[in-house]
Amino acid sequence: MSDDIVLETRGLTKHYGGVHALNDANFTLKKGEHVAIMGDNGAGKSTFVRQITGVEQRTRGDIFFYGEPVSFGGPLDAREAGIETVFQTLALADDLDVPDNLFLGREKTKFDWLGPFRLLDYKAMRKATIDGLEKTAVKIPNIRNTIRNMSGGQRQCVAIARTATFHSRLTIMDEPTAALGVQETAQVENIVRTLKEAGEPLILVSHNMRQVFDLVDRIVVFRRGRICANLRKEDTDGQDVVAYITGAKTQEGYEDAA
Amino acid sequence: MADATQGTGGLTFDARKRAWPNELNIFFALILIIFAFEAAGQLLPYMKGQSFLFDTRDRFDSIFNEARLRIIILQVAIIGIIALGVTQVIISGGIDLSSGPLVGATAMIVMSFAQTELVNGGPNPKAVFGDWAFDLPLIIPLIVGLSFGAFIGAINGSLIAYTRIPPFIATLGMFLICRGIAQAWTRGQPVSFPTESYSLIGKGMMPVYLFIALAILFHFILKYTVYGKHTYAIGSNEDAARMSGINVKRHKVLVYMIASMLAAFAAIVLSSKNLTAQSGMGIFYELYAIAMAVIGGVSLTGGRGSIIGTVLGAMVFGVIQSGFTYIKLDAFYQLMAMGGIIIGAVVLDKVRQERAAMRS
Repeated sequence: MSDDIVLETRGLTKHYGGVHALNDANFTLKKGEHVAIMGDNGAGKSTFVRQITGVEQRTRGDIFFYGEPVSFGGPLDAREAGIETVFQTLALADDLDVPDNLFLGREKTKFDWLGPFRLLDYKAMRKATIDGLEKTAVKIPNIRNTIRNMSGGQRQCVAIARTATFHSRLTIMDEPTAALGVQETAQVENIVRTLKEAGEPLILVSHNMRQVFDLVDRIVVFRRGRICANLRKEDTDGQDVVAYITGAKTQEGYEDAA
Repeated sequence: MADATQGTGGLTFDARKRAWPNELNIFFALILIIFAFEAAGQLLPYMKGQSFLFDTRDRFDSIFNEARLRIIILQVAIIGIIALGVTQVIISGGIDLSSGPLVGATAMIVMSFAQTELVNGGPNPKAVFGDWAFDLPLIIPLIVGLSFGAFIGAINGSLIAYTRIPPFIATLGMFLICRGIAQAWTRGQPVSFPTESYSLIGKGMMPVYLFIALAILFHFILKYTVYGKHTYAIGSNEDAARMSGINVKRHKVLVYMIASMLAAFAAIVLSSKNLTAQSGMGIFYELYAIAMAVIGGVSLTGGRGSIIGTVLGAMVFGVIQSGFTYIKLDAFYQLMAMGGIIIGAVVLDKVRQERAAMRS
């Protein structure tokens, strides 16, 4: 296995009882690469993401993260290993402000000998937050505002800014712009470009063809729980991808998905 | 398009700007209520122009009616100590109904360890234990009381966190259990005649000083420590808190333990102030404490509220109670009016929240 592979799955399989949600998924992601996962509803995209991030336990198969075989017991393990996920349902605390949310569960503290009553280092957290926001070009004028009072785009940006603040080793976004308006989508896409420039690897689950062709290097298509195509952006176009998604075409080497 | 959103566009981040604090609204409400009673004193014919708080007949060197102020603060202080704990429980998304009976049970138990041997030259007529339990150093009843509170709180918290039964049910069960303990402890007999050192805890204005000290302590803890931040986070979005690596279960146990220890401390202060403990002590206290928190802007859905709010809520509570007596409202109607005010406070908060949600 070469050194520049961030994530590799071999024969990754997930069955929910008799339902084969994911079958034999072989997937690789290289350093600095942005890959899109596309496919119809129920094609296995989110199932695939949930196995990698430890939200669910796989039925079979192996996952390698930077060459090491991994088996995450839960999303926390994955996060500790450096996989930062932006879920469809945002995991933000509505009544807290931006720095609080970015640092939730990993606060910067002083006087650690006080145990649960150790003091929060608000100053350091605010500074790191502003650095992170500037790095990702996220526009949130007032970081002391609670999440409750923010637009959907700003919330999404806060969730994404976490990845920049903590130097994650892999970012996974599950439909980050599904619920956003045009301008907000543009803002999120800009953040993704910033991550690309910074050389941070990314897996993007998306339905939006234009967005995918704008942002990523490679497109992996899922159909009925199997990977049915692995396309470099230069070698394909929208028509082609739709043909793979709907089942009109199947790429060589993936015939068993048909 | 890319240019318009590229970079922060010269936007400067403001790390200081804050929203209008809800506590100020409650403070203004408090002022308003005081003046409403003041006006009632002037307008109601049978009041003969008496003043509510600005009566200087008793003390000419002060603009306040200090006697009434003192009564208001003293009335509020002990339930206020309970409300400090209840505030934390509600912020974490729970509720604690067991604090009132816990006051009764703790008072009975603690007083049994705080009795003095000789009463008016004769043996203590209310002795619970044998000779060994007389005239123990003050630290013993304090430790016994706080440990009992911590124990009950740990059961509450563990039930809620690990068996996932609703906090309402868990603490309702504990409500009955604690009242039962209070009654069974001496089979309904009061426990009296504490040592002199014990009687100092609740003497004079001590309850007020203790309330203020604890309020400052817990204001600081909720605002500036990890414990406080996680309490808000759990009440705000429990799943997000769990995903962020917070040990939600352990934290909940800790929150309920602290709340019950505060209630137990309130029992110590109350029994010391009254120089006796009765199994019926603390009736309705749990509801009054919840009311203080709710009037103070603590949201029953969790995630929002503050100690300052609860202290102001306690003051509103005390002023209204005292005001009703002052305008000679019949005690039977007082409860009804109090209930109406609590419902009104929650409705007002709800309306305000929905307006805020509309704006954004």
